Amino acid sequence: MRGYLFRKFFHAAVTIFIVIVINFFLFRIMPGDPVRVLIRSPKISSEALERVREQFGLNESRLVQFWIYLRDLFTGDLGTSFNYRQPVIDIIIERVPATVLLVGTATVLSIVFGVLLGVILAWKRGTRLDIVGLSISLILYSMPTFWVAIIMVMIFAVYWQIFPLGGMGMPGVYYSSYWAELASKAHHLFLPAITFALILVGEYVLIMRSSLLEVMREDYMLTARAKGVSNRDLLRKHALPNAMLPVVTLIAINLGFIVGGAIQIETVFSWPGLGRLMYNSLTNRDYPVLQGLFLFVTIAVIGANFIADILYRYLDPRVKS
Amino acid sequence: MKLLEVENLTTYYKLKEGYVRACEKISLQLGQGEALGLVGESASGKTTAALSLVKLLPDNARVMAGKISIEGRDISRAMEDELRRIRWKEIAIIFQGAMNALNPVRRVGDQIVEALRIHEQMTDKEAYLRTAKLFDQVEIDPSRTKEYPHEFSGGMRQRVMIAMAIACNPKIVIGDEPTTALDVMVQAQVLQLLEKLRRESRMGMILITHDLSVVGETCDRVAVMYAGQIVESGPTEKVFENPAHPYTRALIAAFPNIEGQRHLAQSIPGNPPNLLSLPPGCRFHERCAEVFGPCSTEEPQPVELSVGHTALCHLLRGGVSA
Amino acid sequence: MHNTMVKNERLALWRKNFSGFWSIYSQNRMGLIGLAILIFFTLMALFGPLLVSITTLSIDGVTKVLHPPTSGFWLGTDDLGKDILAGVIIGSRVSLLVGVAATAISMIIGTVVGIVSGFYGRTADALLMRITDVFLVIPWLPLMLVMAALLGPSLGNIIFVIGITSWAGTARIIRSQTLSIKERPYIERARAIGSGDSHLMFYHILPNVFPLIFANTVLVAAVAILSETTLSFLGMGDPTRITWGVMLHFAFSMGAVSHGAWWWLLPPGICVVLVVLSFTFIGYALDEVLNPKLRRRDQ
Repeated sequence: MRGYLFRKFFHAAVTIFIVIVINFFLFRIMPGDPVRVLIRSPKISSEALERVREQFGLNESRLVQFWIYLRDLFTGDLGTSFNYRQPVIDIIIERVPATVLLVGTATVLSIVFGVLLGVILAWKRGTRLDIVGLSISLILYSMPTFWVAIIMVMIFAVYWQIFPLGGMGMPGVYYSSYWAELASKAHHLFLPAITFALILVGEYVLIMRSSLLEVMREDYMLTARAKGVSNRDLLRKHALPNAMLPVVTLIAINLGFIVGGAIQIETVFSWPGLGRLMYNSLTNRDYPVLQGLFLFVTIAVIGANFIADILYRYLDPRVKS
Repeated sequence: MKLLEVENLTTYYKLKEGYVRACEKISLQLGQGEALGLVGESASGKTTAALSLVKLLPDNARVMAGKISIEGRDISRAMEDELRRIRWKEIAIIFQGAMNALNPVRRVGDQIVEALRIHEQMTDKEAYLRTAKLFDQVEIDPSRTKEYPHEFSGGMRQRVMIAMAIACNPKIVIGDEPTTALDVMVQAQVLQLLEKLRRESRMGMILITHDLSVVGETCDRVAVMYAGQIVESGPTEKVFENPAHPYTRALIAAFPNIEGQRHLAQSIPGNPPNLLSLPPGCRFHERCAEVFGPCSTEEPQPVELSVGHTALCHLLRGGVSA
Repeated sequence: MHNTMVKNERLALWRKNFSGFWSIYSQNRMGLIGLAILIFFTLMALFGPLLVSITTLSIDGVTKVLHPPTSGFWLGTDDLGKDILAGVIIGSRVSLLVGVAATAISMIIGTVVGIVSGFYGRTADALLMRITDVFLVIPWLPLMLVMAALLGPSLGNIIFVIGITSWAGTARIIRSQTLSIKERPYIERARAIGSGDSHLMFYHILPNVFPLIFANTVLVAAVAILSETTLSFLGMGDPTRITWGVMLHFAFSMGAVSHGAWWWLLPPGICVVLVVLSFTFIGYALDEVLNPKLRRRDQ
C-alpha cells in the first residue's frame, strides 16, 4: 500500500510541476508586447512603460522570469489583479467557500440519486421505466450545462417565480436572525445546486445501472444466494460494494468536467464563486487572476484525483502495485 | 428413510422461442453418508438438476414437476423464506472455484462467518473461531482468514469454498465440478479432502462431474445424465462393470484405462440434441450405435435391471440383466 | 498491372465490408435515428442560404424587436429584430464546421500519438503518455478558455483550441489497441519480409484500429460541438460569425432570460442537443456493430 501511495504522489507532483511550467509559458506566448496587454491605457508614456517593465521583471531573461515566478509561487504570491487591485490569492481564497458549497452539494446529490436510480433501473431492466430513465439520462448528458441552467432559471425563476434569479443571498440586506440568513442562502443555493446535480446525475445512473447488471451475473452472487443470504443483504453486502467501484472511478474522471460545469452554472446564476470569477476575469482580460485561477483549479483537480486514487485502492483490494 | 429423495424432477427454461427441456423426470436417491456421482457431458442438465433442489435457478427457469424430500420432509413447495433456511444448512453447494465464486472485495473469513451468522446461533467471536477451525480442517493456515480471495491459488480457493460449504454442518453437500478447473495433483488433494470430511461427518454428497475416473474413485453410486434425462443409475461397481445403456458404454469406452490394454479412446460421434426442439423417441437414438425400431418413435421407460440398477433403454425391455 | 489488380481487389473488399457493415448497422434503430438527424442538419448547413431566402419573408425587422413567433418569423426575433429561424439555419454552418474541423485535428493528433506511442514503446511511449496524462488531467474548460482568451476570438483559433485540448482520450484508446495489435502474428511476418516501421504503422496497424477510430470520432465530434457552444456562450467565440453558441451568448447577455424570451433561448440549444444526441446514437450503434458481444442481449 505504501509503495502505491508513494508512486501516485510522485506522479501527481510531477504533473503539478509540468502544469506550473505550462502555466508560466502559456501566458508568455501572447502575441504582441506583454506590457501593452498589461496596461490597457493607451495614453501612457514610454518612461512609465519602462518602469512597469522593470517592476514586472520583463527585462530579464525568460529563465530568470521563471525563477521569479516559482519563487513567488512558493510564497503564495500569485500576483495582483488588474481589476480589483488586490492580491490574486486573496481574491481566489475569498471565493472558494461559495464554490465548494455549490459543487459539494451538487456532487453529493448527484451521487446519491445516481446510485439510487441506477439500482432501480437495473432492477426494472427492460421495463418501460427503464427505457424512460435511460432516455432521460442520455438526453441530459447531451445538453450543454449552461443551457440547462438557463432553462431552469426561465422555468423556476422567471415563469414561476419560486426561486431567485441568481446570487447567493441578498446583498446589503440585514437579516432578522441567523436562521433567516441561512434560509435565504439555502433558497439561493437550491436552484443552481439542483441544476448542477441534474447535469451530473445522468452519467452516474448509466454507470451504476450497467455496473450492477454486470455484477448480478457474477458467480459470487450465486454463491451468496446459495448461502441463504437475504435479498436485502445480497444487494447491500455483495452487489453494491462491487458495483460501486466504477462509480468511484467515474467521480475521479468527472472532476475536470465538474470544473467546467461550475464555471457555466456560476455564470448563469451569478453565483459568487471561482467559476464566475473566471468568467469575469476572462471578459475583463484580468490576466493575473486568470493565470492564478487556472493554476489553482488545476492543482485542486490533480489533488482530488490523487485522493480518489487512494480511496479506490482502499475500496478494491485487488489493486496492487 | 433416505436422506434425499428426488422423484420426477422436471425443470424447463423459458425462452422466446419455446421451452428448453433441461431436466426431464429426474429421480435420485441419496442415503446417509452416501456419495452419488452425477455424470454427463456439459449442458446435460446436471447443474440445473442440482440447482433445482434449492431453487437457485435464473428467473426464466420453471420447475414444472417433481417431489423433493429431505429425510422424508417434502420441500418441493417450500417458499422463499423456508428455502433460505434450507440453503446451506441442509444442502450446501460447492461451486467451481474458478475466478469468481467468492466475493472479491470481502475477506474470506468474513464470507464464511456470514453463512454462520445466518444459520447458526453464535456470537461473532465464536463464528470466527469456528472459521479458523474450518480452515484447519481443510488444511489451510488459519491466519489466512483475513485475506482476500485473489490472494489464494485456484486449489486453495477451492478449499476455502469447501470450508465454507461444511461450515453449517449440512446434511447434503453438492459439489458442482469442484475439481474441473484444477490440475491433476491438486484435484487428487481436493478429492481426498472431500472424502475425509464426508467420512467424518456422515453427510451425503452429490458429486457432479464429467470425469468418470473421479466417480469411480469416490462415489458409491452413480447416475449418468444425457440430454436432461438420467439414462442409467446404480451402484458404481455394477454400472462400471456392466453398463446397460449404450451411452454409458460409450462413455466408459471413451475413458482410456491406464492399466488395461492400449487402445485408442473412442469418442461418440455427433452432438447432443437441441433441448428446444427434441427429436421424437429416445433422446440418444441419433448417436446410438445400437439403435433399432422403436428408438426413433417411442420414449423409453426406466427398466430395473437389478436392485438399485436402472436404465432407460428399449434394448432392455424384457428384463435383460447382468 | 499487378498494382491495379491489387487495387481492384482492395476496392472490392472495401465494398463488401461496407455492405456487410451497413446490413448490421441498419438494424439498429438508434443508429438510424442518429444518422437521420445528422443528415438533416448537414443538409440544413449546406443549403442554409437558400433556405433562409425562402423562409424569411421580411428582412427588415426593425419594427418587431424581441418578438415571439409570428407568421413572418416562425421562431420570433432577437433584440435587433433579426429572424431567429434564419439565425439557427445559418448558425448550423459554422457550428457544424467547427465541430468537424476540430474533430479532425483532435483525431489526427490523437491517432498519431496513440499509434506511435503504442508501436515504439519504451521512451517514446513513456514521454508521450506523460504528456497525454497531463492533458487528460487538466480541466478542459479552463484550459480552452485561457487559450482562447490569449489567442483571440477568431474561428481558426477556436478550432485550434478545441482540437488541441481533446486529443488525449483518443490517444490512450488507440495506444492500447495498437499494443494488442502489435503482438499479432501478421505483424511479425510483415517485419520478417522487411517492412519498415512507417509501412507497418500505416498499412497494417492503421487499418486495424480504423473501426475504433471511427467509433471514437463520433464521440469526439459530440464533445467538440458542445465545446464550441460553451466557448461561444462564455464570450470566447467569434462574434462576427453566427453559431448556435454565439446566439445563446447574445441572448443571455441581452437579458433574454428575464424577458422570458424562450423563442430565442430554446431553438439554438435544442439544435445543439439534437446534434449531440445524433452523434451519441451513432456512437452506440457503431459500438454494437464493432463489438458483436453487445448485439442481441440475452433475455
